[in-house]
Amino acid sequence: MMVTVALFGVLTLVALAPIAIALSGKPNATGFVYGACLIVTLVMFLVALHSLLEQPAASTITLPLGLPWLGAHFRIDPLSAFFLVVVNLGAAAASLFALGYGRHEEAPQRVLPFFPLYLAAMNLVVLADDAFSFLLSWELMSLSSWALVIADHRRAENMRAGYVYLLMASFGTLTLLLAFGLMAGGDGAYAFDAIRAAHPTISTAALVLILALIGAGSKAGLVPLHAWLPLAHPAAPSHVSALMSGVMTKVAVYGFIRIAFDLLGAPQWWWSLVVLALGGVTAVMGVLYALMQRDLKRVLAYSTIENIGLIFASLGLALAFKAYAMDVAAALALTAALLHVFNHSLFKSLLFFGAGSVLTATGTRDMEKLGGLIHRMPQTAFVFLIGCTAISALPPLNGFVSEWLSFQAILLSPQLPSWGLKLMVPAVGALLALSAALAAACFVRAFGIVFLGRPRSSEAAAAQETDTNSLAAMYALAATCLIAGILPGIFIDALAPVVQVLAGARMPVQTGAEWMSIVPIAESRSSYNGLLVFAFMVITGTATAFAIHRFASDKIRRGPAWGCGYPDASPLTQYSASSFAQPIRRVFGSLVFRAREIGTMPPPGSRAPATLTVQLRDLIWDTLYAPIATAVGNIAERLNYLQFLTIRSYLTLVFAALVILLTVLATWP
Amino acid sequence: MQGITFDIAHMLAGSLVLVSFIQLYQQRLSALLNIFALHAFVLALSVAWQAYVQDAPHLYITAIIALVFKAIVIPVALRRIVIRLGIHREIENVFGVGLAMLLGICLVALSMVVMLRVTSGADPLAREDLAFALSVVLLGMLMMVTRRNAVSQVVGFMSLENGLVLAATGAKGMPLVVEISIAFSVLIAFIVIGIFLFRIRERFDTVDMQAMDRFRGEQR
Repeated sequence: MMVTVALFGVLTLVALAPIAIALSGKPNATGFVYGACLIVTLVMFLVALHSLLEQPAASTITLPLGLPWLGAHFRIDPLSAFFLVVVNLGAAAASLFALGYGRHEEAPQRVLPFFPLYLAAMNLVVLADDAFSFLLSWELMSLSSWALVIADHRRAENMRAGYVYLLMASFGTLTLLLAFGLMAGGDGAYAFDAIRAAHPTISTAALVLILALIGAGSKAGLVPLHAWLPLAHPAAPSHVSALMSGVMTKVAVYGFIRIAFDLLGAPQWWWSLVVLALGGVTAVMGVLYALMQRDLKRVLAYSTIENIGLIFASLGLALAFKAYAMDVAAALALTAALLHVFNHSLFKSLLFFGAGSVLTATGTRDMEKLGGLIHRMPQTAFVFLIGCTAISALPPLNGFVSEWLSFQAILLSPQLPSWGLKLMVPAVGALLALSAALAAACFVRAFGIVFLGRPRSSEAAAAQETDTNSLAAMYALAATCLIAGILPGIFIDALAPVVQVLAGARMPVQTGAEWMSIVPIAESRSSYNGLLVFAFMVITGTATAFAIHRFASDKIRRGPAWGCGYPDASPLTQYSASSFAQPIRRVFGSLVFRAREIGTMPPPGSRAPATLTVQLRDLIWDTLYAPIATAVGNIAERLNYLQFLTIRSYLTLVFAALVILLTVLATWP
Repeated sequence: MQGITFDIAHMLAGSLVLVSFIQLYQQRLSALLNIFALHAFVLALSVAWQAYVQDAPHLYITAIIALVFKAIVIPVALRRIVIRLGIHREIENVFGVGLAMLLGICLVALSMVVMLRVTSGADPLAREDLAFALSVVLLGMLMMVTRRNAVSQVVGFMSLENGLVLAATGAKGMPLVVEISIAFSVLIAFIVIGIFLFRIRERFDTVDMQAMDRFRGEQR
């Protein structure tokens, strides 16, 4: 029943694509398409929420589409219901935001047809219940988002981003295809039910896990498969960036969870080593990259990589606990991962919306040209600050809850029997702690440079507050962030059916605890109360403000900033994005990015300015991607002459190939 | 009865391979066209025999198509083209009759080994038939590769297609519509190729493929 409603929603979204084409050029096309998307995704959000909370039995349907002997299977179980909630909440927020943001687009007809298609594809991936529909929807998701990435096709960097994205997406799908092929076996049993019932050998299962990790990881942005993500996510229009970063990476996480926790059966303990290591490295690398960027949207894209690392680390931990049948601990780690999936989709969408509003208001994403926007765009600044606080994992917001749960799970790791994991998990924990601290620095930098200080360009000085629809979307997300932060127990309990299915246990019921605390394991061990923290902050803040204004002066006085004795300092002498990151660049960058600072001082008497140039090298690109690109280029160069052969030579080639294949067939043992 | 049906089918398919070999060493175009007509005629006989053996009346239609189009219409038309182009006495540079025959023998041996291995357990009549058919296909390709003249490449292509029809009729239960569509596609290919031959001739004064390679600036 539920799945039928969801499929109708998907069908409506697909039908919106041709309508958008038909409407192209009409002045109200933008409003109509995004409005329709908003309504449909809201309905689907409610359907998914209903399936998640009311927990009706898994709802399935088989349509006579796709492979003739297979059909197209769709299913809503708790896991897909949860991800449907994430997808459609993000999609509804993006549609609402786009109602305002979309008006400023230069060529809306390049975005409108693909946007509903993209939403439909993400829903279909989560709904699919056989490998064929899954891969088909996955490819549709890649292709439609690719079309959105190159919507602004006149900029060469966007086209390059689209190219890299397309390559990585096909590579990822290829590995997923191989993974599903291995799981389905020689008989082609592609329905997930059949895959679940089959028991792959240990080596096959390990191979499938690695392939799934590569396939889903390349879509989610695991280092070192992340190369496309910071190029493609910022290139798309901002509401699409929010969807790609906030939602599509989560769909990739869904793919990994579906394979690793559901389809593959019992995990081996060493799987978790791989996932944990990749997660930890991804978290630190992602945030270090983010700190080095000047482009606001690229900072956010790299920060997505960091959060994906955190999620995968928690998933790895859950795999480890599950392999040793420590179900309660596995449930805790898995809850942390899923809650972070939900939280990250909220605040990353919020931050991308904020970046989009800034982009519309100033026309630039370069942080070195922004500044002082808190005066021009106070409401955007307020919600952006909430997003920054949440993503920096500061209480009482939601980011803190999920990261805290992750660390609670890490603190359980000494109970693991394997020495490899006993040593590995604390190391990963240290990496995550480092990345959390760096993420806070990163978002202090992002907010401080963009919204505080004085404007660094005339565009920033002339910025206007964004429109009501965009603000409504951002306020809604910010409010959800706050609610999820101060009342996390409700959200943890809502995740219980998902975790119950995947980990075999669930976390203790949270909503009954006193004062709305959350208690992951036992009260004697640890507990957290977001509501009390929030109440404390509100009360002390109000009391302090009252005390200052009551007992000191209640006048707001504006004076000139202390300019260190230099008269009329230019705004360019403020802290810049690069100079803020300099200490961190000096500590980590010389190792990770081979950062070099080259300063030139003009000789005495010369009037040339002194310069300081910073050189950063992307070692992952240089050592992994560049050699592959060079090798492919060389081979293509060598084989180029095959394009200019005579007809007879081509015939001979075909003939020789046929004869060789037949000979192989004849001599095959 | 089983013995004699098998023997006759075997003989007809074997003759088709034999005629393919005869095609390989023809040095004049008019002779080649005659042999091609013979090739198609043997094919028609073979298909008709299969129709009788398998008791499949629609295969008679295939046989008639083979007879009318491939044994009569196409050779006659090609002959007219050749005569109008004035190349019916053309002597082609086949690379050595001996070498071509040796290669052909190797190909037949290869197709026998492959087919007899792959189809073990199938109906022996179908197995032999498929092995011969693959030989005919390979010999047709060999001819396309070793000839320089466009017309003889066309003939090579047509005899290759004869091999496909032989394979198709050897397998029981082949729908008629497939054969008809193959026959028509070959006919259309023939028309297109015929038109192109004249266009090539108009432009280059020859249908020797080497001339076209020269024109593309690739002397070899």
